[in-house]
Amino acid sequence: MSALTRRGFLAAGARSAGLVALGGLACDSDRPHAGFLGLMERVNDRFQRALFDPRRLAPELPEGEASAPGDFPAYRIGAVYPSAPVGWALRVTGLVDRPLTLGLDDLRRLPRTHTRVRHHCVEGWSAVASWDGVRLAEVARLAGVDPRARYVEFRSFEPGYFSSWDLESALHPQTLVAYGMNGDLLAREYGAPLRLYSAVKLGYKMVKYLAEVSFLPVRTGGYWEDQGYEWFAGV
Amino acid sequence: MLPELQAATRPEARRLERRPPQPAFIRATHWVNLVLITLMAGSGLGILMAYPRLGPRGQDYGWYPLQGVKPPAALTVGGWLAGARHWHFAFAWLFVANALVYLVYFAASGEWRRRLFFPRRDARNAWGTLLHDLHLRRTAPPPVGLYNGMQRLTYTGVLAVAPLLVLSGLALYKPVQLPHLAALLGGYDAARAIHLLVLGALGLFTLVHVVQVALHPRTLVDMTLGGRPGAEEAS
Repeated sequence: MSALTRRGFLAAGARSAGLVALGGLACDSDRPHAGFLGLMERVNDRFQRALFDPRRLAPELPEGEASAPGDFPAYRIGAVYPSAPVGWALRVTGLVDRPLTLGLDDLRRLPRTHTRVRHHCVEGWSAVASWDGVRLAEVARLAGVDPRARYVEFRSFEPGYFSSWDLESALHPQTLVAYGMNGDLLAREYGAPLRLYSAVKLGYKMVKYLAEVSFLPVRTGGYWEDQGYEWFAGV
Repeated sequence: MLPELQAATRPEARRLERRPPQPAFIRATHWVNLVLITLMAGSGLGILMAYPRLGPRGQDYGWYPLQGVKPPAALTVGGWLAGARHWHFAFAWLFVANALVYLVYFAASGEWRRRLFFPRRDARNAWGTLLHDLHLRRTAPPPVGLYNGMQRLTYTGVLAVAPLLVLSGLALYKPVQLPHLAALLGGYDAARAIHLLVLGALGLFTLVHVVQVALHPRTLVDMTLGGRPGAEEAS
C-alpha cells in the first residue's frame, strides 16, 4: 500500500472517529427523541413499518401455554387503579363518517374475537393470557373511517393516559378493544371495563381504561411515549 | 498458509505476504467495533436491568445462575430503560454496518486465509499452544504466519457466534414480524437467553484477549499502526 493511500485511510479513520464522537455528544439519554437517538428512532420507525405485514398473524397459543394467574403482572400509572365513571361508554371520534358511543352491551353484541398470544413487555418479559373483545377494525368499519385518517389515538378515562398508533397496526386482526381476560370479565387491575389489546405492539401501547378512540390525520404522543419511550414499539 | 491454497493461488499468497499484519481496513473496523460493541453491550445490560431474569414470566430457566441479579450500573449505558433502548436500537445499525464492512473486506481481500482456523494447518498448533498456556508443555509452537492455532481457533469462534448475537437480537426486536427466526431460536424467551449468553461468551473472550494483548504489546502496536509486512515470519 502506498504512503498516500495509507494516509487517506488514516484520515478516513480519524474522520469516522470524529463522527462517532459527534454522535455521542448528540446522544442524550434523558431526551431520547432528540439528537442522534431521535434520528435513529425515525429510521427504526420506517424499518418497523416496512417490516410490518398487516396480514401476518401472531401464533394463537394453546390453553396450556397461558401464564399462571399472578404471573401476568398488572401495572398502574397512578396511585390507585382507577374505576370507570358513571355512565361510561366508548366514544369513537375524529375522521369518521358516523361518530359512535358504544356501551359495554353494545360492544358485546358486536362480533366477538378471542385471542391467546404472547405478550411482550418493554421490560423484557413475556407472558400469555387470553382476551375477548371486538376487533378495532370492526369498530372502524361501523364508524366509517375517512381515508385521510392515518393514525389512531386511544385515550383513557384516567387523566393523562393515552397512546397514538399507526392506523395499520390498529386495524390488525389481532388488535382488540377487550372486555374479557382469561374467560372472565376484565378485572380493574387489567383495565376494566375496556382496554386495548394487541399482538403487534409492546404492552405499554395497550391503553387501559379506554374511553375514546380517535381517528386522526397526524400522530400524537402518549403517556409513555412523551416520557421518552419509543413511539412505534411494534413487535 | 495451507499447502493446497498456496498451490492454487500463489500470486495471491505472495500479495498476502507483502501486506502488513493488520491492514488498514482491519484496524479501522476493529477499533470502530470496540466503540460500538461497548455501547451495544452497555445499553443491552441497561435493558436487562428492567427484568434481570431469563425464561417466560413465572417460569424462570433453572440453569441460569443469575436470576434476579441486576448487572452493575457502572457497566450500563443509557441511564434508564427508554434511554438504553434508544441507544441499543440506534447503534445496532452502525454495529452491523461496521461488521459488514469488515466481512466484505475479510472475504474479498483473502485475509480469511491467514485468519480463519483450518484444522490441517492449525489443529496441532492450537493444541500445542493450549498445553503451553496451561504450563503442561515447556515450549510454545511457533505461530504459523500471522497467528498461532489457538488464536485462529478463538477468532474464528468469535466470528462464528457473533451472527447469533445479531439474529437473536432481531428475533427479540420483532418476534411477531420475524416468526421463523424467533421459532428457529426456540421462541422469544430462548432468543433472549441466547442474546445474553453470546454476550457473556464475547465478554469472556474480550477478557482473555486483553490479557493476551497485555502480555504481547506488539500486537497492540500492530493493530494501531499496521506493523511491518512479513514481520510475523521473523518472530
